Amino acid sequence: MTATSATGTYEPKTKLGRITNFVDSRVSGSMMVKEFGRKVFPDHWSFMFGEVALYSFVILLLSGTFLTFFFDPSMAETHYDGSYVPLKGVEMSVAYASSLDISFDIRGGLFMRQVHHWSALLFVASVSVHMLRVFFTGAFRKPRELNWVVGGVLLILALAAGFTGYSLPDDLLSGNGLRIIDGVIKAIPVVGTYISFFLFGGEFPGTAVIGRLYVLHILLVPALILLMIAIHLFMVVIHKHTQWRGPGRTNNNVVGFPVGPVYAAKAGGFFFIVFGIVAFISAVFTINPIWNYGPYDPSPVSAGTQPDWYIGWVDGALRLMPGWLFGFPFEWNIPFPWGVNTLSLNVLLPALVPAGIVFTLLFTWPWIEAWVTKDKRIHNLLDRPRNAPTRTAIGVAGVIFYCVMWAAASSDLIATHFLVSLNDVTYWLRFLFFFGPVIGFIVARRIALALQRKDREIVLHGMESGRIVRLPHGEYIEVHEPLDEYKRYKLVAFDSPQVQPAQPDARGKVSRQEKRRGALSRFFFEDRVAPVTPAELEAAHHHEAPAEVEASAEDQAPASLEKH
Amino acid sequence: MGDHSHGSPNTSGTVATAGQGVEGEFQNPGLPPHRPRLADTDPRAEKRAEKQVAILFAISVIGTLLFFYAYFFIRLDETIGTLRVQNLFLGLGTAFAMLGIGVGIVHWAKTLMPDHEVIEERHEIRPEEDRVVAEKMIGDIIEETGIKRRPLIRNTLLGAVALAPLPAIAMFRDLGPLPGDALRHTMWDNGVRLTRDPSGTPIKASDVTLGSAFHVIPEGLNDAEHKLEEKAKAVVLLMRLDPSELNPSPGREDWSVDGIVAYSKICTHVGCPVALYEQHTHHLLCPCHQSTFDLTQECAVIFGPAVRPLPQLPIAVDDEGYLIATSDFTEPVGPSYWERG
Amino acid sequence: MKALSQRRRHPLAAVVLLLLGLIVTGGIYAAASGANEAQAATTYTADDVQQGEKLFIANCATCHGMESTGTENGPSLVGVGAASVDFQVGTGRMPMAMQGPQAQQKPAQFNDEQTAQLAAYVASLGAGPSVPEEQYLETTGDAAAGGELFRVNCAMCHNAAGAGGALTRGKFAPALEGVSEEHIYEAMVTGPQNMPVFSDANISPEEKQDIITFLKTVEANGSPGGAELGSLGPVSEGLFIWTAGLGLIIAFTIWLTSRSS
Repeated sequence: MTATSATGTYEPKTKLGRITNFVDSRVSGSMMVKEFGRKVFPDHWSFMFGEVALYSFVILLLSGTFLTFFFDPSMAETHYDGSYVPLKGVEMSVAYASSLDISFDIRGGLFMRQVHHWSALLFVASVSVHMLRVFFTGAFRKPRELNWVVGGVLLILALAAGFTGYSLPDDLLSGNGLRIIDGVIKAIPVVGTYISFFLFGGEFPGTAVIGRLYVLHILLVPALILLMIAIHLFMVVIHKHTQWRGPGRTNNNVVGFPVGPVYAAKAGGFFFIVFGIVAFISAVFTINPIWNYGPYDPSPVSAGTQPDWYIGWVDGALRLMPGWLFGFPFEWNIPFPWGVNTLSLNVLLPALVPAGIVFTLLFTWPWIEAWVTKDKRIHNLLDRPRNAPTRTAIGVAGVIFYCVMWAAASSDLIATHFLVSLNDVTYWLRFLFFFGPVIGFIVARRIALALQRKDREIVLHGMESGRIVRLPHGEYIEVHEPLDEYKRYKLVAFDSPQVQPAQPDARGKVSRQEKRRGALSRFFFEDRVAPVTPAELEAAHHHEAPAEVEASAEDQAPASLEKH
Repeated sequence: MGDHSHGSPNTSGTVATAGQGVEGEFQNPGLPPHRPRLADTDPRAEKRAEKQVAILFAISVIGTLLFFYAYFFIRLDETIGTLRVQNLFLGLGTAFAMLGIGVGIVHWAKTLMPDHEVIEERHEIRPEEDRVVAEKMIGDIIEETGIKRRPLIRNTLLGAVALAPLPAIAMFRDLGPLPGDALRHTMWDNGVRLTRDPSGTPIKASDVTLGSAFHVIPEGLNDAEHKLEEKAKAVVLLMRLDPSELNPSPGREDWSVDGIVAYSKICTHVGCPVALYEQHTHHLLCPCHQSTFDLTQECAVIFGPAVRPLPQLPIAVDDEGYLIATSDFTEPVGPSYWERG
Repeated sequence: MKALSQRRRHPLAAVVLLLLGLIVTGGIYAAASGANEAQAATTYTADDVQQGEKLFIANCATCHGMESTGTENGPSLVGVGAASVDFQVGTGRMPMAMQGPQAQQKPAQFNDEQTAQLAAYVASLGAGPSVPEEQYLETTGDAAAGGELFRVNCAMCHNAAGAGGALTRGKFAPALEGVSEEHIYEAMVTGPQNMPVFSDANISPEEKQDIITFLKTVEANGSPGGAELGSLGPVSEGLFIWTAGLGLIIAFTIWLTSRSS
């Protein structure tokens, strides 16, 4: 068949060329190559956390698929007959027994279990660090607000994947976790007991829940994660990646390396590096030793019962909440016409309020900041955290809020390891729950402003070189090296927004919302440090000897001397 | 895309005037000049880098071989010790296999592939002409459906589409039974013996000495049909105090036997076993969220997030000296729920 | 019979009667409690008791009282038995260095002989749990049964892997690694400080042996997955991934994006 293509006939010369040409003329690979082959990606280590998350998810898929061939999610009763002696003959569920078989009787099974679990911890950690990086550099601003929301959804899905996953072996530790979740669910007003009975297929623990968690864990949640990742990466391609400010970088370009070959090589190689690190950790360190915990039974419990780290903050909130406060109970029996109903605020408040605050602020933050700053511009350049002091301080406050609850989840271990009273640890963390974020905010903002002032000093007066010179009249000074224009540009290329007071609208009225915005704008930008201007630099130079400023560090008698 | 790469500021693709401008902002000086790497200028360094990459790939091969050795030849005697060794070498083999490839490729990119920074222009995410075309297309599509002119079709469509998904929700009704009053009843009843957990042997009052803590299940639990579900409500802690230290509230004077008391082991916070008994302080501590209950106050909460005291099981002694319950718990055990009242 | 009744006013008749009474009650008591108690492994001489009393007065009486009936600083030791002393003194908890929520384990102040003498003295004060027989300390019991008992009775304070745990107000349940079989048994049977008493009526000597077997088996096995990170569960695992794990990864990312020389 002769091909009569519009562009004339192309005859490849090699075998590989013919195969490639065959496929290409049917799928138009050329278009993809043209569009993406030399796409530029900026190259900074802080941009790689998203990749760590992606790669650890891939490792989870690979190791997880292996495990699905051997794990049996049934809660039917069996007696252990494998090679681990301290559990021989013990009554347990098939799910737990199959997890033990994977660990002790399938070659590489224990290794795969450990790879899977370590990778899961790394997945959520890297998603969190990635989100923190995006927040502290302002990369969530227009046009990336929706991608930020998709990322938030991915974080929640990652938590769900982790929780359903570590509950599958039906061991004592994760089983008590399910018991706690059941207790929290039962506390939900009106529908709590119904949700509990529907989830567990009857009374706790039932014989259904592990199988149901299995479906969620291997099918529904990963499918949603993959969908969200696809949307997330699609938007990164459309928006192109942000970049740090610096010489040659503008809001309208991307400076970096092309996908093919450099960026693909680095990113691709990095996958193998992440896999290698996870494999090394799994070789050397035990994780989730289910054989120590034993099968789940509602009677025993282990000291030091904690969920995996990323669920810790919820457990910590449950621990910090007092049941009684100066004689006031947090569980109420409320009389209704049809009878008395119980409202367990001691459970509902810690389970819902902190998470509610965190996720609401998280998802709405891009809009809050855009509203306060009245900034509708497109932002493709990143902020150094010090150059957005109030945003950074709010982020630090949020991190402290989270970390106090996270620490509370290990209150008993803090007590045993630092030889302090368990109750005192709780009292201290209750104090820090309220005041920690405030203190953190104040300290972080002060530090950011101070760092900005230090940057100004460096631009105006150069870097301290450590060289002490004695002037002819006897004075000692330290020579400061002025920055070259590239380094200087990095320190001056930032926006320092000013306060935008409340403005009247088209009808001349200042609405209450606008007044609030003005107040917030003052809160955000009242204390500000502006970047050094060329005029200021001139003025600073005129305070010294009128000779030329030298950039070289080799001079014995430098031409310009800065007095300090 | 344009290759406005390295070079002096005046010949790069950025704004012409570099250095100090008249306005209040420094101008972008453009990309700094490219500094060549050793491997760019020195052929020996280039060869060395090549060798290093090759060695890294070779390490990967060794790692893969180590994996196969560990998989097939370690742990032939199936003891825990050799399992640990096998896990270690499977992992180290995988680690070297992966790291060898990864570090090798990255080293190759860093030292040998071009490291000139490339500039690519950003384009509008949504060009105005696209928006105009799309707007017209959507307008045409909607117009051709005619839905705006045909409210009857629109309304009935909405009605149908709103109702059609509801069966999917209803299908999940049989996920589980309705709770009913299941949470109000346990296996305990008048005459049911207290037995040791997990063996099920009955307990005599004389076995329970001052300071001991027995973990208790009702007689017959081990043969019950829904064993774990019953256990999750029926587990009990049995302790003995000096009778003068108990302060029974009115109506509970006969719920103990010579200072021996029985309380539900299920925490009234969110359901963990409240199993830690501090013999001298007479406190029961729940390890999950540290709710603390005081036995001398009928297990009232003295610290932590629980609110309600642990339910007490009324006990007596049967004619053979064994401890028995005299009734079920008089309130639901475990965490509170809406219908509890 | 006539010979007995003819001698019933003999001066030694009262002594004989007393001896008879003591033998009968002692015998009944021994028979009744024998089923529940492990027999004493050691027998103490009167000299042991005397030496023990001297040591006691010099080292223990300040807090436990001269008659060891207790003071406001320390409880009475009447009836705590040789097992308590062997445990407390043998693990160094006693003599207590300072008042606090809990006596800390520290290097034992007395050697085995002195510890036995102290035990002899305290045992002479009143009947109490004795030092366990050797046969119950051998690790030939049923580890699986011991594990089940351990998880129900012990893991809530000592952790499922025996790594220890927190109690209220500064008290704690110590880790069990490296504790001798004898001390494990004695702790169970005496209930030191706030640990409940697991008398032989609650957990029989055979069951105690199963628990000891379980603990020693697990200790000897080690973890097949690698280093245990303290066997503390998800907290240490999470800490590890955030510090060592992410740290290692960040080190690689900085290397990866840095300029080659």
